[in-house]
Amino acid sequence: MWDAFGFEFVNFYFIPGLVLGCIYALGAIGITLTFGILRFANFAHGEIMMSGAYLTWTIMAILGAAGLALHPLVALIPASVLVIVLFLATDRFFYKPFRKADTIKVVMASFGMMLIIRSAVQVIWGPNQITFVPGIAKPNPTLQALTGDIGMMILMPNKHIWIFAGTIVLVVALGYLLNRTRIGKAMRAVSDSPDLAHVTGINVDMVIRATWIVGGICATAAGVFLVMDTQMLETTMGFRMLLPMFAAAILGGIGKPYGAVFGGLVIGLAEELSAYPWIGDAPLLSPGYKTGVAFAIMVIMLIVRPQGLFKGRSF
Amino acid sequence: MTTPVLSLNNLKAGYGQTEILHDLSMHVMPNEIVAIIGPNGAGKSTAMKSVLGLLNIREGSVELNGEAITDTPAQKVIEKGISYVPQTNNVFVNLSVQENLEMGAWTRPHGVEDRLAEMYDLFPDLSEKRGQAAGSLSGGQRQMVAMAKALMVDAKILLLDEPTAGLSPKYRGEIFSTIQKIKETGVPILIVEQNAKQALGVSDRGYVLVDGANRHEGTGAGLAADPEIARMFLGGGH
Repeated sequence: MWDAFGFEFVNFYFIPGLVLGCIYALGAIGITLTFGILRFANFAHGEIMMSGAYLTWTIMAILGAAGLALHPLVALIPASVLVIVLFLATDRFFYKPFRKADTIKVVMASFGMMLIIRSAVQVIWGPNQITFVPGIAKPNPTLQALTGDIGMMILMPNKHIWIFAGTIVLVVALGYLLNRTRIGKAMRAVSDSPDLAHVTGINVDMVIRATWIVGGICATAAGVFLVMDTQMLETTMGFRMLLPMFAAAILGGIGKPYGAVFGGLVIGLAEELSAYPWIGDAPLLSPGYKTGVAFAIMVIMLIVRPQGLFKGRSF
Repeated sequence: MTTPVLSLNNLKAGYGQTEILHDLSMHVMPNEIVAIIGPNGAGKSTAMKSVLGLLNIREGSVELNGEAITDTPAQKVIEKGISYVPQTNNVFVNLSVQENLEMGAWTRPHGVEDRLAEMYDLFPDLSEKRGQAAGSLSGGQRQMVAMAKALMVDAKILLLDEPTAGLSPKYRGEIFSTIQKIKETGVPILIVEQNAKQALGVSDRGYVLVDGANRHEGTGAGLAADPEIARMFLGGGH
């Protein structure tokens, strides 16, 4: 059973699907929070991921040249701080004047912000792909030996283990924040009803800042995980992630962070599993159509159940 | 003479260019329940929102314990001790009952535990539902959550916008008796109501609003007994 079906399915489709799902999930958290609390679809969210990843690797390169080799997950911490400062400044000077304007104006503004950030990154780091850690990542030998002994060999490189671990830590921390802390509960309250939050005396500006911070950390992590997985940096990586991340946010229900996590995992798995040879020997769907899967799921959800699986807001 | 807790003095106010309140004056003294009644569109809710700084005040002033708070933003008004319960959407439906109350205490984060206990004393029904999402409660219970949430700050005055709208008679009675219990704790209340007769029944004084200005004022019992007002709003004489 495992040899005929499981080995290939788990190692070459299911695990890569989960990895991709983790990345989508972390990105979709920021999208769904921004949508729920600031009430606009942030097209620049992919660029937060991308710029966060560039900053992480720049910090690694600078410290590496000084003889201090950092793991990307460590370099991610100062990089998120920089991303947060950058995006709080963007909010203050770019989005805040739009706060009382029509949603469509803010959405268009975020589209402009997306182009500005991408162009800035291209000016600073150049438009070409940058490869990091060249070569093929080898499966973790301990895990391979352990699972091999019980006849279910799992080939998982360390980078994937780090991605899973990092995602779990962030999602648990997010759950704690939203359900146990004052600011997290206020975030849910503003997402629930901004008008009531206003007349309850909740400091909505503080909640908005918290939203940018949480979204920024998750997006930076998603960007770094994506680069760890693909082993290269490119300036369009954020934009390519945008569609599946929106699909994940819509699937889970707008304004529902846990829905976004679930939606991200489903979209990631659906994309990878769509290329599995379910019928006959050929892939069910040519891998070239992978991105179409997320798009199809998004369109179907918008038609059939626009409020998402977890009863988010529908427009 | 005692200073009123809240006073609105010759208020002209509205949204954008539209003026809704033309010349409104009213006040609430310590330990009073004051009702604002009047036909639809008379500006009852607008009068309340003008206190919260939610609309443009052209002329006149709003004072809390003698201090001018005209045009102060909502968050500052609430920090000063004015608590407001909107007519609709007055609870966070996705938050639990207890989380709603905690949010009510946003401007007074200290001693939340003690005040939660006080609220569960005042609203015993809510005590057993503290973990439930407020959106899963009945209309009457939601109104209780909304009032408890508003009382989580040391309110100097409580503003209630149509607390019994859409409720069954059983809950209406319960809300009005709760309002009296709140008064006994020393919090004066300004209440906007459609159910004029019941509202005047629990009120010390009342104002009748027509076309954005006060037309009549008097004691609760006096207004309820006034034949003209009875004909206009209390459902008699048509």
